[in-house]
Amino acid sequence: MTSNRTVIRNGRVIDPAQGIDRVADVLFSNGRIDEITGAPLATIPEGHSVIDASGLVVAPGFIDLHTHLRDPGYEWKETLESGTRAAARGGFTTVCAMPNTDPCQDNAAIIEDVIRRAERDAIVRVLLIGAITRGRHGKTLAPMGEMADAGVIGFSDDGDPVEDSNVMRQALGYSSSLGLPIINHAEERSLVRGGVMNEGHVATRLGLPGAPASAEAVMIARDLELAALTGGKLHVPHVSTAASVELVRAAKARGIDVTAEVTPHHLTLSDAWVYGMHGEVPDVISPTAYDTNTKVNPPLRSRADIEAVIAALVDGTIDVIATDHAPHAATDKVCTFNEAAHGINVLETAFAQVMQLVHAGTISLPDLIARLTSRPAEILGKQTGSLVKGSAADIVLLDPGVAWTVSAQDFVSLSRNTPLDGVTLKGRVSATLFGGRVVWDARATTAGVLS
Amino acid sequence: MTSPGKTEVTQGNPASTPDEQGIASSEATAPALRHLLDIDSLSQADVTAILDSAEGMLEVLGRDVKKTPALRGKTIVTVFFENSTRTRISFEEAGKILGADVINVSVSASSVSKGESLYNTALTLQAMQVDALVMRHPHSGAPHFVARHVNAPVVNAGDGMHAHPTQALLDLFTLRQKLGDLNGKRITIVGDVLYSRVARSDILALTMMGAEVIVCGPPTLLPVGWKPGKSPAEYGYEDVKIIGDVDEAVTGADAVMTLRIQRERQDAGHLPDMREYSNRYGINRRRLALAKPGAPLMHPGPMNEGVEISSEVAHGAQSVVEQQVRNGVAVRMAVLYMLCSRGKEQ
Amino acid sequence: MAESIERVVLTPDEIRRALARISHEILERNAGDHGLILVGIQTRGVYIARRLAANIEQFEGFAPPVGSLDPRLYRDDPEQASVHPVRPTSIPVSLEDRPVVLVDDVLFTGRTVRAALNALSDFGRASRIQFAALVDRGHRELPIRPDFVGKNIPTAHDERVHVKLTEVDEIDQVDLVRLSPVGAGA
Repeated sequence: MTSNRTVIRNGRVIDPAQGIDRVADVLFSNGRIDEITGAPLATIPEGHSVIDASGLVVAPGFIDLHTHLRDPGYEWKETLESGTRAAARGGFTTVCAMPNTDPCQDNAAIIEDVIRRAERDAIVRVLLIGAITRGRHGKTLAPMGEMADAGVIGFSDDGDPVEDSNVMRQALGYSSSLGLPIINHAEERSLVRGGVMNEGHVATRLGLPGAPASAEAVMIARDLELAALTGGKLHVPHVSTAASVELVRAAKARGIDVTAEVTPHHLTLSDAWVYGMHGEVPDVISPTAYDTNTKVNPPLRSRADIEAVIAALVDGTIDVIATDHAPHAATDKVCTFNEAAHGINVLETAFAQVMQLVHAGTISLPDLIARLTSRPAEILGKQTGSLVKGSAADIVLLDPGVAWTVSAQDFVSLSRNTPLDGVTLKGRVSATLFGGRVVWDARATTAGVLS
Repeated sequence: MTSPGKTEVTQGNPASTPDEQGIASSEATAPALRHLLDIDSLSQADVTAILDSAEGMLEVLGRDVKKTPALRGKTIVTVFFENSTRTRISFEEAGKILGADVINVSVSASSVSKGESLYNTALTLQAMQVDALVMRHPHSGAPHFVARHVNAPVVNAGDGMHAHPTQALLDLFTLRQKLGDLNGKRITIVGDVLYSRVARSDILALTMMGAEVIVCGPPTLLPVGWKPGKSPAEYGYEDVKIIGDVDEAVTGADAVMTLRIQRERQDAGHLPDMREYSNRYGINRRRLALAKPGAPLMHPGPMNEGVEISSEVAHGAQSVVEQQVRNGVAVRMAVLYMLCSRGKEQ
Repeated sequence: MAESIERVVLTPDEIRRALARISHEILERNAGDHGLILVGIQTRGVYIARRLAANIEQFEGFAPPVGSLDPRLYRDDPEQASVHPVRPTSIPVSLEDRPVVLVDDVLFTGRTVRAALNALSDFGRASRIQFAALVDRGHRELPIRPDFVGKNIPTAHDERVHVKLTEVDEIDQVDLVRLSPVGAGA
C-alpha cells in the first residue's frame, strides 16, 4: 500500500498524450498525478514514499476497449474480480467489457447491476459496452439511450454480427445522437459456412473447414457505407485482414467517422499456429496439432494479413490495440477443433506480445504505448490514458527488455486458454497502479520493492 | 515392385530372425510408429515395409483357414462417429484374421449420443486397456486429439476432410500391383478434392513414392488457390499439377482415380446439379480411353454409378475397385500388426 | 552393434556335402513316398529346401514340390517378430495325408519351428512332419529336435550363426560371429 504521497523515481516516463518521453520522476498523491518532473530530482521530496523505477518505463495504465469478463453468467470462466486481476497483471487499468453475458447486458438495470458489483469486486476500472439489439438477437434495438445514461461507452452485439442491414443502419443513426460508437463484429456468416479457421493452405493441409478472409471485409464494407449514410460513429473491432485494412483506410480518407482496433494475436500469430508447433510449419502433422487454443474469431490469418495489419497500426489506419480477451474453461477447449469455443485468453500476455513489434523495430515504444493509452482514451472520450496533472494515478511500470516464459498455470485469470503456454516473450509489466494503489507487482515476490 | 531381394539389401541378414540369433535386430525396418494418423508420419521405407507385409497378409486372406494367432489376446476397438460400413468391416476382418478381439462401437450405440465428450470417451477406452483404437470422426484432428490422451495406438480411419491413411496405403498397394514402381507414373485424381480426405492422403502417398499427381475437379471443389497452371507446391503440396479440363487431365494417365461426389455439395451450392457434374467430370468409357491402355480405374467407394463413374467402366476390365477392397483388408492387417505387435516396449 | 567373424564353420564344399547327405537321409526315411513335400521357412530355409529338392530329383528322378512358409504371424514374441515384413506363404499342393519336411537354415531356440508347425496345420493335416536344418547351434527352449542336421555347432549365447547362400549372398558359407559387448542386447 502506498502512502498518500509517492514519487516514482528515475523511470523513463512515456506519456504520449503530453508528448513526454524522458527520464524523470512522477509524483502523485491521494490517487491523482501531481507532477512529472523535468529531470530526476536530486533528493526525495519530503513526506513521499518511493517507488524505484530505474531501468523501467513509466507510462499511463493501459486501456482495453474489448474484454470479456463473463460475469454474470459464466463465472467459472472469469469474474469481475479475476478478470480485472488479469487486467492488472497485464498493465491494464481500464477494461471495456462486452455484453455477451447471461443475462445479456441489453438494458439499464443489468448495466447498473454490473457497475455496482464492479465497484465492489473489480480491482481496476470496468467500463461497459451495451448490446445493440435486445438479447443480441439482431432484430430490434436495445434501449441505447437508457444504457448511455447508465454509463455504457459503446454498443456491440459482441460475437454476433448485426446481419440485418436496416437494423445496422438504425443502430448507427440512433447512437449518433448519443455520441457513442457502434462496434459490430464484422463477419458475413453466409460466407463462413461452418469454417473454423482461416481459409488458406494451412486449413487445406489440416482438412479444417476454412472461412475466407473476405467474410470480414464484406461486412466492414457494408458497415462503412452505413456509417457514411447515417453519420454514425463506427468502431471496427479486431481487424484481421489486408482487405479490411484497405477499406478502413479508404473510409478514413473519405471522412467517415470510423476507428479500428487490432488484437495482439492478429498482430503476431499466423494461422500456422493451428499446427500446434508455436507457429512452425511442421513436416508431419503431429498429435499436438489442431491446437484449440488457437481457435478464435476472427481466425488467425495469413502472414500477408499480419503484415498488412501491422502496417495499418503503424500508419494509424488502425487506431488501437485491444485484447478481445476471451477466457474459456478447459471443457470448452479440450475437444476437437470444430467443437472448441472461439477465444484466446490475452490480458496477461498482451504487452509482451505486442512488444515483439518494438523489438523488431516496426513501431516505436512511445507509439505502441499510445495505442494502448491515449488513442483508446480519445475513442472513449474519457480523461484517462494520460499522466497529466490531476488525472487518476493509473500507472504502469514496464520492463520492455526482460524475457519471461508464459505459463498458463500461473495465470491469475480463471481460465488458461492461451496458445502461448511455454513461449518465451520479451517485455513485462513490472507493476500496475490504479488510482495510486498497487494492483500488480511482479517484483513483490522477489525484491519487495513496492511494499 | 519391391522384391524380397531389395528388402534384404537393407536388412543385411533377414533370414536370421531375432529368435534364431538370440538378439533383437538393431536395423529394424518396420516403422517405429506409435499411431497411424496420416501418411506424412511415414517415410518411404516405412510405406514400403507396410506394403511388403501386406503382400504376406493378402496371402493369409486367401487361405481356407483365415485365422492366425498373431494378435491373440489383443483387443482392438473400432470407434466410428460417422457411418461407414465398408471401412469398419474391413478393419474388423483384418483384426479378426490376426486373432485379435474386435469390439465395434458406433455412435448410436455409445454414450456419445448421450453427450459424452470425446475426451471422456477416450479416457474410458483407455481405462478398458484396449490395445488399439481404430477411429473415424467427422472432425479433422479428432484422432490426433485422442492420440494425445491415450497410450494405445490410434489408427485414423478417416477424420473430417483431413486424412484417410489406410485408404491411401491400399491405393498405393493396388497401384504397385498394377504398375510396379510408381516413380514417374502419372496418376490422375478427378473430383471433389476440397472435401476429400482420401485425396489429401493419396496425394501425400503418391508424391512420396515419386508419382506425378494430376488433380482435376470443379473450381468450387478444389482447395483455395488450387488453380490450373498454378502449382500447389507453394501450398505445401509438391509435385501436384492442376488441370482444369478433365479430358486433358486423363490423357496419358497411368491410372485414374475418381472420387465420390456427395449430393450435399449440390445443396451447398458448389455445383449446379449431378447431371452437369457427370457430363463434365464423370469418368466414362470415352474418357477412360484417353488414359494409357489398360490404365487401372480406381474409386474409394461407395460409388455413385452414373455420376462420377459410369456403370460401364465401374465394372469394366480396367476397374480395380473390388481389388482395392480386398487389398484394403490386407493393408489394414499389416497396419494393425505393425502397431499392435509392438507390445509394451514403450 | 559391432560384430566380428570368429571363424568359418562351413565352407561351400561342406555345405554341398551336408545337403547331399540330408537329401539321402530324407529319401531313406521316406522311402518311396512320392507324396513328399518340402516346406522352407522364409527366407533362407526356402533356398535350402529348393537345393534339397534338386538333389532328390538328381538321385531319385522325381522332384518333390517346394513350399515356402513365413511363420511370423504364429510366433509368441510379436514384439520382435514385427521387425521384418510378413512374407506370403506358398504351399503348392495340399498337405492332406502327405509327409512334409520343414526346412530352415539354423535351429536355435526352436520357437520358429513351433510357430511353423502351427502355421502348417492351417494348411491341412500332413501325415507326418519332419524337420531339417543346415546348422543346429543348440540352446533349445522348447522340446523340439531336428530329424536331419547338416552340422551341430556348439555356440555361446553372444554368438551368431550367419548362413550365406549364393541365391542371395555372394558365397555359400556359414560363419560364426561374435557380438561385441557394446550395443543393445535382447
